[in-house]
Amino acid sequence: MMNIIYFNFQQMMYFTIPLLIVALAGMYSERSGVVNIALDGKMVVGGFVGAMFVFLMKNTLSVPMLLLGGLFFAALGGLLISLVHAYASITMKADQTISGTAINLFSVAFAIFAARTIKVTQQVEFNTNFLIREVPVLSKIPVIGDLFFKNTFFTTFLGFAILIVSIFVLYKTKFGLRLRACGEFPQAADSVGINVAKVRYIAVMISGILAGIGGFTFVVTTSNSFNGDVGGYGFLAIAVLIFGQWKPMRILFAAIFFGLMKTLSNTYATIPFLVSLQLPTIAYKIIPFLATLVLLAMISKNSVAPKALGEIFDKGKR
Amino acid sequence: MKNKITQLFKNVAPSLMSIGLGLLFGVVIIVVSGMFNERQTYEDIWYGLNSLVLGMLNDGLPSLGTGLFRATPIILTGVSVAFAFRTGLFNIGASGQFTVGGFAAIFVAIKGPFPGIGNWILAVISAMLAGALWAAVVGLLKAYRNVNEVISSIMMNYIGMYLVQYAVINTVFDYVKNQTVPVPIVSTTPTLGLTSIFPNSSVDIGFFIAVIAAIIIHILLNKTTFGFELKACGFNQHASKYAGINSKRNIVISMMIAGALAGLSGALVYLSASGNHIEIVDVLATEGFTGISVALLALSNPLGVIFSGLFIVHLQLGGFYMQAQKFAPQVVEIILSAIIYFSAFIVFFKEFINKKKGGKK
Repeated sequence: MMNIIYFNFQQMMYFTIPLLIVALAGMYSERSGVVNIALDGKMVVGGFVGAMFVFLMKNTLSVPMLLLGGLFFAALGGLLISLVHAYASITMKADQTISGTAINLFSVAFAIFAARTIKVTQQVEFNTNFLIREVPVLSKIPVIGDLFFKNTFFTTFLGFAILIVSIFVLYKTKFGLRLRACGEFPQAADSVGINVAKVRYIAVMISGILAGIGGFTFVVTTSNSFNGDVGGYGFLAIAVLIFGQWKPMRILFAAIFFGLMKTLSNTYATIPFLVSLQLPTIAYKIIPFLATLVLLAMISKNSVAPKALGEIFDKGKR
Repeated sequence: MKNKITQLFKNVAPSLMSIGLGLLFGVVIIVVSGMFNERQTYEDIWYGLNSLVLGMLNDGLPSLGTGLFRATPIILTGVSVAFAFRTGLFNIGASGQFTVGGFAAIFVAIKGPFPGIGNWILAVISAMLAGALWAAVVGLLKAYRNVNEVISSIMMNYIGMYLVQYAVINTVFDYVKNQTVPVPIVSTTPTLGLTSIFPNSSVDIGFFIAVIAAIIIHILLNKTTFGFELKACGFNQHASKYAGINSKRNIVISMMIAGALAGLSGALVYLSASGNHIEIVDVLATEGFTGISVALLALSNPLGVIFSGLFIVHLQLGGFYMQAQKFAPQVVEIILSAIIYFSAFIVFFKEFINKKKGGKK
């Protein structure tokens, strides 16, 4: 019984953590007032660059170095592509949805085009296994050790670290306060001397770095190859972000909810209770999305997006 | 008259500038990647660029016909997205609406009571209804429960895809090929003899239906009070409410019209005599997402969508023929994304053009 719980919990983390990281990435951008529909594209860039790094260096570097290097280049890739988005949506005062759509389109095409130019086939595969069977010492802790420190990935801890740092940055630092001010009422922020454009630039760049990391995390935890896309996870992350009401802790719960549903659709055969229900497989595939819709219908009545979301900052406007 | 022409120029010039910049970017990518690729010669690069420019005309009439056929669904999803944009909604759910519409069309065409022309018309109507109902869920949630339409559309895309898989497997499934059984030839869309003008292509009545749909939406939006009300709700929900417009109802209606258009798109793809099938794979229909590009490139103008749809297909076919010179066809999507990216700068281009004009005077 406990084994089934441990197994499903560990499986759940593989889906939850990428969603958590990418939704948090979206949070930085959107709380500063910049719509980020390009999360999927940034994930793809991160996943591609990271996977390509591992593919090219797998014979020269040790496994932990491969992972760290992959994460570094994924973050760098995400950062570069996010600058493209920031330039359009902040400097050029362009429509943020258009720029985001363009980046989504570009990323998938670029990943496949570059892979085919570099190595003929579009699939970037690596057989390196990044799974950590047991974390020394910590895995011996009863229950918690089984839940968090067995069959896990380094990225799981990274994900929680990003969450904790994000809560601190958003609510306890001057920068976080300014970031939120820019997303709610940029004119007021400007009137007290905050450089709205600069804050938004930094926010979008953080967003790019995290989305890149999230993309590589997704590739590492769910497969051992990259094939041009991240299975629409960037869009699911947007859903998690909105579902999580643009707030870090709620985003965590939304990501766990999604991860759990996703896991059950894969592993329900291991859970005697669910098998006894005899639902068709299709039901488990639909449940995550249907449940989200129902939950949203119940909680959205009073939901508030950042007030200035998608609004181009114009100093003259009052 | 002269004023009208300058006005038209003013409207189109910024789009042309973004297309020009995007193509320039594409040429740079093609030349640079070709130079670094050991398997490609300079001749390959030259002929690759040629194929790209020729696009739909690479093979003369057959490829032109193929182009018209391929443009049909993305013009319709483009109109769907553009119409929603104009009424203040982002219809990222055209993909799901397309899929449920496509299934409804296939189902009715195969199992409907009037084999022949009766079935295909019934199939088209059912597809539009299915798409409209699918989108209505999003509209209702938005209007009455304040659910962001982007997230609900994304959910409805996946729900639609899986439900259609389930429905296909239990009704009109070809177990061997893992896809829907073919629509009987009598119930496919009429080709109107177009295939003799455009041999080896699948062009049929669908293209004209798409163009007519775009024109109807243009008239609805720009020439009718009802269209004005829909646009007003998108522009300012509170103001339109104050003016006595039922904004909640209008949100639902707007979504349903957008959904019907995407559903129609699905119908025309799967009812074509060329034999398209819904395959059982976990991939969202791409037509819905291409529709977003088509709509954005046309600045959400329904008539402009006809041209942007044709233009995108022109590029796509160019990319197809470039494979002969060992180019990955994805280069076209890179160019397209650059064009769309630059089209976001249109406000900037407009100011730029106006400044130039002012300077001359």
